[in-house]
Amino acid sequence: MTEDISKVDQIIETYGLEQKGLIPVLLDIQTEYHYLPPEAIQHVSERMNIPMIQVYQVASFYKVFSLEPRGKHIITVCMGTACHVRGSTMLVDQISRVLHVEPGETTKDMQFTLEEVNCLGACALGPVMVIDGKYYGKMTVNKIEKTLSKYTETEVVANE
Amino acid sequence: MSNPTANVKLALEELRDELMATYDPSKPCVTVCAGTGCCASGALEVKAALDEEIKKQGADVHVDIKITGCRGFCEQGPLVAVLPTKIFYTKVKQSDAAQIIAKTILKGEIIDKLLYKDPVTGEKITHETDIPFYKEQHRILLHDSGSIDPTSFEDYLIVGGYKALAKALLTMQPVEIIEEVNQSGLGGRGGAGFPTGKKWQLCRQAPGTEKYVIVNADEGDPGAFQDRSLIEANPHSVLEGFIIGAFAIGANHGYVYIRHEYPLAVERIKIAINKAREHGLLGKNILGSGFDFDVTVQMGAGAFVCGEETALMASIEGFLGEPHARPPYPAQSGLWGKPTNINNVKTWATVPYIINKGAGWYSQMGTETSKGTTIFSLVGKINNTGLVEVPMGISLRDLIEKVGGGSPSEKKLKAVQTGGPSGGCIPESLWDVPVDYKSLGKLGSIMGSGGMIVMDESTCMVDIARYFLNFSRFESCGKCTACREGVTRMYETLDYITRGYGQEGDIEQLEELCKSIKAGSLCGLGQTAPNPVLTTIKYFREEYEAHIREKTCPAGVCKELITFYILPDKCTGCSLCARYCGDQAISGEKGGLYVIDPDKCQRCGVCREVCNFDAVVVR
Repeated sequence: MTEDISKVDQIIETYGLEQKGLIPVLLDIQTEYHYLPPEAIQHVSERMNIPMIQVYQVASFYKVFSLEPRGKHIITVCMGTACHVRGSTMLVDQISRVLHVEPGETTKDMQFTLEEVNCLGACALGPVMVIDGKYYGKMTVNKIEKTLSKYTETEVVANE
Repeated sequence: MSNPTANVKLALEELRDELMATYDPSKPCVTVCAGTGCCASGALEVKAALDEEIKKQGADVHVDIKITGCRGFCEQGPLVAVLPTKIFYTKVKQSDAAQIIAKTILKGEIIDKLLYKDPVTGEKITHETDIPFYKEQHRILLHDSGSIDPTSFEDYLIVGGYKALAKALLTMQPVEIIEEVNQSGLGGRGGAGFPTGKKWQLCRQAPGTEKYVIVNADEGDPGAFQDRSLIEANPHSVLEGFIIGAFAIGANHGYVYIRHEYPLAVERIKIAINKAREHGLLGKNILGSGFDFDVTVQMGAGAFVCGEETALMASIEGFLGEPHARPPYPAQSGLWGKPTNINNVKTWATVPYIINKGAGWYSQMGTETSKGTTIFSLVGKINNTGLVEVPMGISLRDLIEKVGGGSPSEKKLKAVQTGGPSGGCIPESLWDVPVDYKSLGKLGSIMGSGGMIVMDESTCMVDIARYFLNFSRFESCGKCTACREGVTRMYETLDYITRGYGQEGDIEQLEELCKSIKAGSLCGLGQTAPNPVLTTIKYFREEYEAHIREKTCPAGVCKELITFYILPDKCTGCSLCARYCGDQAISGEKGGLYVIDPDKCQRCGVCREVCNFDAVVVR
């Protein structure tokens, strides 16, 4: 699968060709494509005149970047301390069981990617789960299936 | 031609005068808290419903409605406060909007069901200021958080915003500003408490004309959200302090380095920067003072180590966030090798208050060695979760029990964790110590950026140590062997212990490793990563021993060491647990007794959560 990377040039233009533009450029590419397509990385390297190895170093060092395509819906479970003491590990276990993916993985049908984040700073609502930017505070294990099914249902409706 | 200085200054003050002339403090204003916490609970929907109702009921001439930043009491969100009376409503729903307008605004009646109920006394409290959570606080940085719209430049002017900037730029010399900050005793709020005035002075005195200043908003400590909230609530205060600092140091460009995980804060600081630029408070010749300064917002990309100043600068330059050995300090050689000054969000935001009210006023608050107030995020097993601002020197006990309202359950509180992965766990028996840099350091913890996580009997301290080490092992940048390998090895040992494979000698080996890692790491991450382990061993050794010798987890957390069990006398045979169990581990007949098969049970805890009769317990 090759991605259409026509937007990459536009992104590079926003930040310029200097080294300091690299992380902002990659962040925007990640936002646009939900991951860093290899074609985009190569293009960034050529346009910005930064060795491929350096671009990959940066892309693999920072957690926000994903080198694999991600699912349609991103589930992020907060693993901050406040969420941890209120049982966020149990949430991740349950999601893993329901979707058959480990944290960092995407379901085979490319619907969901399960991710962990160190802290979202929404500690008062812990444990917190975020799906596509929507926050679900005070989550419990037994609410997981119902919440996830909202997203699969939406898909079904959308496809009809 | 008239003096340009007078002209521009006039423009800012004219605008303020104009605003003040039309501003009527007695006009009712419904404020909806729109911090990340309240937004997650539906605050924006409440705001929309209020907007609609106000028109429907024809009340729009009598009342204003606006969003504000975080009020700190996130647990109770969405929060709505009616000004100027400060009637305070909690857990407000969209469907409450009609009543709020009809009753409270138009008739002055109080809606009982939306009032805050004190969890200890059961008493309903009408006004924000009477709620113990707020009463015990001393809000300076957070003072305006609940009344101004963070996206409004005008709101900030009405509360006196940018007066300090004008004072500093037009009537003070850079050295005077530094001296004032020095005298105030303000210490770096990022956690280490290094005197801010001194830091500025070092950077000012460093040779070179090109200098940089940075706002460190890479708040990576899990369990801390003060910086996020402050930027979301009052971004202009951070910016004002930042411009004053840049002027004092002699820097013409600044960076706000902010976490990518904080989208709302990013948006609000960008709005503030644009507004400030429009009004001539950023750019060339600010307020006609001849001083040029502009700001770039740079987002972090999810690396905890970038909170460390040298790693942060490497990240701004577009490289891996790896720390460098110091010296040279950033004040001599920082961003692109130029003198650079980095301060935490709260440090910058404190500066305008010091300039306005004077060093003497500021240094009256706090203790001998730690001045002023600071903001904590009080979270975990506690009644009043949220953001609190208190004077330095308050005791941990007062903070947790009075402001925090103690434990929300029957379970006893046993420890508080401060300072994130670099800090330690302080047992309840030592909670009478004052909160300041020195005292917390003596206990083996640190003040850190202000996260405080309260733990009760159902928190396993070995698991907590394992949790932090797991965090640090992933966040170690890998440069120093002691940190990269040592932290991983410690994590493995702790993991074995929590899974029942601990051996005699493990504790001693952990202590040994802690020493080596502290000695052999370049930056704060490695030097402090052992703190959670050291403090939990020091204060909760018996929990480690129970895991190692008896293969039990006293708190009932560590999965491999616990079994779920249904109490026969409490089970009503409702079958709910069996229906929820994903492993078909629960069997029984409706109306009869249900039992859990320990071999099939995966210890996910769903059964305990769904049981309405507290019949499922951990043994």
